[in-house]
Amino acid sequence: MEPILQVKDLTHTYGAGTPFQRSAVEHMSFDVNEGEFLGIIGHTGSGKSTLIQHLNGLLQPTAGEILLRGKNIWAEPKKIREVRFKVGLVFQYPEYQLFEETVYKDIAFGPANQGKTGDELDHAVREAAKLVGIRDDQLEKSPFELSGGQKRRVALAGVLAMEPEVLVLDEPTAGLDPAGRENLMANIRDYHRNKGKTIILVSHSMDEIARNVDRILVLKNAHVLMQGTPAEVFARGEELLSAGLDVPQITRIAMELKRRGVDIDPAVYTVEALERQLLALRKGGAGC
Amino acid sequence: MDMIETKALEFAYPAEEGEKPVLALRGVDTAIEKGSFVVVLGHNGSGKSTFAKSLNAILLPCGGKVYVEGMDTQDEACLLEIRRRVGMVFQNPDNQIVANVVEEDVAFAPENLGVASEEIRRRVDDALAAVDMTAFMTHAPHLLSGGQKQRVAIAGVIAMEPECIVLDEATAMLDPIGRQEVLSAVHKLNREKDITVVLITHHMNEAEEADRVIVMDDGRIALDGTPKEVFTQVEPLRTMGLTVPDTVDLLDRLRKDGLDVPLDALTVDECAAAITAALAKN
Repeated sequence: MEPILQVKDLTHTYGAGTPFQRSAVEHMSFDVNEGEFLGIIGHTGSGKSTLIQHLNGLLQPTAGEILLRGKNIWAEPKKIREVRFKVGLVFQYPEYQLFEETVYKDIAFGPANQGKTGDELDHAVREAAKLVGIRDDQLEKSPFELSGGQKRRVALAGVLAMEPEVLVLDEPTAGLDPAGRENLMANIRDYHRNKGKTIILVSHSMDEIARNVDRILVLKNAHVLMQGTPAEVFARGEELLSAGLDVPQITRIAMELKRRGVDIDPAVYTVEALERQLLALRKGGAGC
Repeated sequence: MDMIETKALEFAYPAEEGEKPVLALRGVDTAIEKGSFVVVLGHNGSGKSTFAKSLNAILLPCGGKVYVEGMDTQDEACLLEIRRRVGMVFQNPDNQIVANVVEEDVAFAPENLGVASEEIRRRVDDALAAVDMTAFMTHAPHLLSGGQKQRVAIAGVIAMEPECIVLDEATAMLDPIGRQEVLSAVHKLNREKDITVVLITHHMNEAEEADRVIVMDDGRIALDGTPKEVFTQVEPLRTMGLTVPDTVDLLDRLRKDGLDVPLDALTVDECAAAITAALAKN
């Protein structure tokens, strides 16, 4: 099947022709498959934010192209608005972008601009609110009366209400406490499972990425350093660490165990998987 | 000697008209020892930030007392002295930088305290060196990374030569590298300048190297002890909506599976060593 998004030899240079010229993205190429949950990880300055702003045409490539269902999104620049409806981008700290009088109106802003009206609009708003766990009685409140975590849900609902085919989330859980992070990720996982839509999750947290996504893209210094399933990526733990990137704490324990001579596969990233491996070792050992 | 002491501390934010105020702190009794490194953990709404802001009289108690080196925070005559001794670093680096040049920003507080100019020069140089930002002395703060900005904010506090620094979720908006930079800077200040540190956070792993961990829940102190004592309270931590470190989670599971491992091997190295030893015994 054809990938839903293709990034082909993308380069983006800021301040071209000035002494501050710097390429934030250099010759990046990768595909995003329909319905997959893709994680993008990399340091501040690795090019993550620049990259995702190309996916819905907020930035124009200096070189290379972005294909949405096989079609260059800049083929007809006047239709770029269509692309922004199809690829929904949720920025970091989206709660700062709330502006309407009520939660309902804020969520309705996007779909109303898409041309939805009446029952169709109402349905889109309520469905999106439900997906992120905003209750009906909260819809008529001012978004500024809500807690930080709830505001963020409202901002997310505003993008979901446009029913994008690809949802791009930039650090959706930054600044939330552990319970808030887990709740929000559970909403996002449910949305992915129930709607089968493609999701791209950008995060600093290897643990969060490891627990949620099907495939990981690791960025470093404006390039794609590696891509693969979590197991494939974390099997290269040493390489990640020497590149100055983090690996999940569980992977680090497994790497340390292997270094100490325990016969273990270090490409694990969940507590359960490491527990299973260790128990199997114990059983094997007991037989001798 | 205690740096800060709280006695039956209560605080309520003003309620909306017609509604009853809800207590954010409901009787906090504790003492922060001089020279210690204390981490305060808790989920959102647990009262940890309210507690932090009570420590240098940004918020004044509605009930009970807070003493900073014996000075009552409600005594207005002591206010300047309390703020000089207990400096605060906040969450958003962009909201606490006032000048256009790094060294001027660091000089802001001592200038306001009326410190002589040669002395200000010395303090600014010392403060920037203490957080490894000397190289950025003449840079514009808005071009720095988040971790660098927070270190400038910390230098600004250090230039007041405080005895205690309170960091109110100062690492929450930073990436892992920025977080590490800030943590090493405050650990160094604690070690080398003997500055008392109170670090408010919801990142468990920032507490690994602390002398003491206080967990707040519903406006009260729920757990209090060394990192090993606190993080081995697996069930209480989970009921409070906090996660336990992956090391403890793994050891807890292995113990339930009948493997003879300790629960308090917090760091990756300790944990791996404990498991290796237990497997060898088997």
